[in-house]
Amino acid sequence: MTGPGALDVLSRRGLLGAAGGAVILPDVAFAQPRRGGRIRVASTSSSTADTLDPAKGALSTDYVRHYMLYSGLTQFDAKLTPRLALAESFESRDRTVWRIKLRKGIHFHDGSTLTSADVVYSLLRHKDPATASKVKSIAQQIQAVKAVGPYEVEVRLEAPNADLPTILATSHFLIIKNGARDFRTANGCGPYMCKVFKPGVRTIGVRNANYWKPGRPYLDEIELIGIPDEVSRVNALLSGDVHLMNAVNPRSTRRILASNRHDILETKSGLYTDLIMRQDRLPSGAPAFTAAMKLLLDRELIRKALFRGYATPANDHPIPPSNPYYLPGLPQRAYDPDRAKFLLRQAGLLGVRLPVYASPAAEGSVDMASILQEAAANIGLRLAVNRVPSDGYWSNHWMKHPLTFGNTNPRPTADLLFSLFFKSDADWNESGWKNRHFDQLLLAARGEADEAKRKQMYGDMQVLVHQSGGVGIPVFISSLDAHDRRLKGFGSIPIGGLMGYSFAEYVWWDA
Amino acid sequence: MSTTLLLIARRLGAAVLTLLLVSVVVFTISSLLPGDAAQETLGQSATPEAVAALRAQLGLNEPAHLRYLHWLGGLLTGDPGRSMANNLPVREIIAGRLPKSLLLAGLTAAVAVPVALAIGILSAMYQGSRLDRALNVVTLSMVAVPEFLVATVAVLVFAVKLRWLPSLTMIPEDASLGDFLRAYALPVMTLCFVIIAQMARMTRAAVIDQLSQPYVEMAALKGLRPARVAFVHALPNAIGPIVNAVALSLSYLLGGAIIVETIFNYPGIASLMVDAVTSRDMPLLQACAMVFCTAYLLLVLIADVCAILANPRLRNQ
Repeated sequence: MTGPGALDVLSRRGLLGAAGGAVILPDVAFAQPRRGGRIRVASTSSSTADTLDPAKGALSTDYVRHYMLYSGLTQFDAKLTPRLALAESFESRDRTVWRIKLRKGIHFHDGSTLTSADVVYSLLRHKDPATASKVKSIAQQIQAVKAVGPYEVEVRLEAPNADLPTILATSHFLIIKNGARDFRTANGCGPYMCKVFKPGVRTIGVRNANYWKPGRPYLDEIELIGIPDEVSRVNALLSGDVHLMNAVNPRSTRRILASNRHDILETKSGLYTDLIMRQDRLPSGAPAFTAAMKLLLDRELIRKALFRGYATPANDHPIPPSNPYYLPGLPQRAYDPDRAKFLLRQAGLLGVRLPVYASPAAEGSVDMASILQEAAANIGLRLAVNRVPSDGYWSNHWMKHPLTFGNTNPRPTADLLFSLFFKSDADWNESGWKNRHFDQLLLAARGEADEAKRKQMYGDMQVLVHQSGGVGIPVFISSLDAHDRRLKGFGSIPIGGLMGYSFAEYVWWDA
Repeated sequence: MSTTLLLIARRLGAAVLTLLLVSVVVFTISSLLPGDAAQETLGQSATPEAVAALRAQLGLNEPAHLRYLHWLGGLLTGDPGRSMANNLPVREIIAGRLPKSLLLAGLTAAVAVPVALAIGILSAMYQGSRLDRALNVVTLSMVAVPEFLVATVAVLVFAVKLRWLPSLTMIPEDASLGDFLRAYALPVMTLCFVIIAQMARMTRAAVIDQLSQPYVEMAALKGLRPARVAFVHALPNAIGPIVNAVALSLSYLLGGAIIVETIFNYPGIASLMVDAVTSRDMPLLQACAMVFCTAYLLLVLIADVCAILANPRLRNQ
């Protein structure tokens, strides 16, 4: 449907393969792609911290750059099912030891051939503290990676994890050349080759004629820049200087839709901004207080007023409806100030005064805090909103006060979301929530072979977090991209905007 | 003439001393910023062990005074170190950005200085007339409108609605002169809005001050034309304050162009410094601060020298 990669199914992962096979990417199937053309893409940020090292990718601009220049062992489709990419097969009997066979005849941009040594190096470097990898904590579960032959690799995990093919599809695990240390330019197997890379200025990729998917990519050249100011970004799009941009503010949608040359694409992602109630101190950790705060979140108002409808109601657990393990049928928690008042009065907490820390660093949190403050004031709970700057928010405020806001980017698997943000001993267990039953379920689900049982376990975990977790998640925020209508083949991959940051290999220019 | 040279030498010496003091201040203040490069690089994913590893790698474990001495030593030998954010040499990063900032500043100065001087001298010559009042109103309202508003409205009108000019200032390598001028039109116009008013007002005040002196009255009584009185008699005496005003305005064009750089996505040195602050990239931040200070001191020095050379009384002291 969309080329060889999309039709492949990961062996021994029958369910995922079958579930993902129906629809791949909108548009692509209907129109005939054209070769040629040059586009300019504006992302939200660009600074001297821009990097060509996949392990250090921190922001959307980095992820786009990396998917443009490198390829991974697997890649996501529109349902976030992992598909084979550089891997020809990806198998495991026990989900602890994985055998990965590589496609043969794949070349790096410098002409050298992809072999197992490159894969071993690319995966193992995340464990080395000197790499300063963003995914070091995830890579810790990899015990060993060794080459079995020139085109075959064995990955041994510390404990079973059925999600390895998904984890390896994220941008940090893209494959680089064995021994690569100097990232002034990129040597990958990706659809575009690095022509210009100036941190904080621009990246230009030119078409890789030897790309391993025949016929792809379609564009001759992509220029990637960062325009941090949203108004300037929209202006650049409307004036025709930029053809694709991400992170449209819902307030700008009307302006963009008024132009007959541009379109908006909404991707219902798993991005959320959550109210964190520290469970290890009072009063935020009192069960009545935690429950009352969740009831005071006016989800409908937040969805409509803050995000102009470009959001999906959430239910105080991190799994979005687009996730295969989403539990349908869990009753939606609604705005109920009366019940909140009742709970607080019963616990004798109605008169307390508490500061809430919000910051532009956590998208929408300042406005959410104001909405919450008003709802609380109506029932006699006095919250003071402390608006603090983005700069230094994550190191100085996040999780450090009884009430703060966090912001979590979409993660491809339920396991990652739960392990990173809810497991009792996780570094970013935002609320300090401890639940042994949850931890046991989490470990068991990772190694569970029976898909039905696994789904049941993830469902139980959603119920636990929904009922007793220490965070209030009001909505999942959609990511909004805007593009020139002449840009075709553009769709959604719900790991993030810009087609899950990997639009480069899919789009073409129809002019 | 040798006294002038001596004076310049003394001023240069003072400038070097100032720079040294500035380097201490910059280093101290930047180390007061909460958080460091290791934490900022790792961001939300900063676990204690990851931070410790990165700190060791970046040399942030050394005591502050040693880091300062290393840095100063590097600076004196022409090597301001490596960026902590991307490990490129700071010199290389600044070399990529500084010429762009200088180009923008130069173009703006080339437009703004003649216009400002013309406005200032004209309104001084016709002091109190309708022309003077009209020019006053125009320059004052120019300086009163914030530059982000000027820039945004200009982009909306000229780039989005009319599509005459690009909304971003990006110059491809094979750009023609026309492309070049079109790309720079909006940022230069915005910056002119900010600095013309200041220079014009100072010029007007300086020239009026001279025009009220007895020697000007004398010249007028001798029957000289007003233009000759203004340009040949009054202006040379007013040069001192005027070049100082010009120097102060121009020094704004390097570091103060941050808003223009942001809105037009122009890769200048001001946005580089802001990047350096947000990523706690101390070597880069300190180098940028030193560049700004040097530029400022140079401009003030040039202004002083001009003032001295233009004034025989100072020249022969």
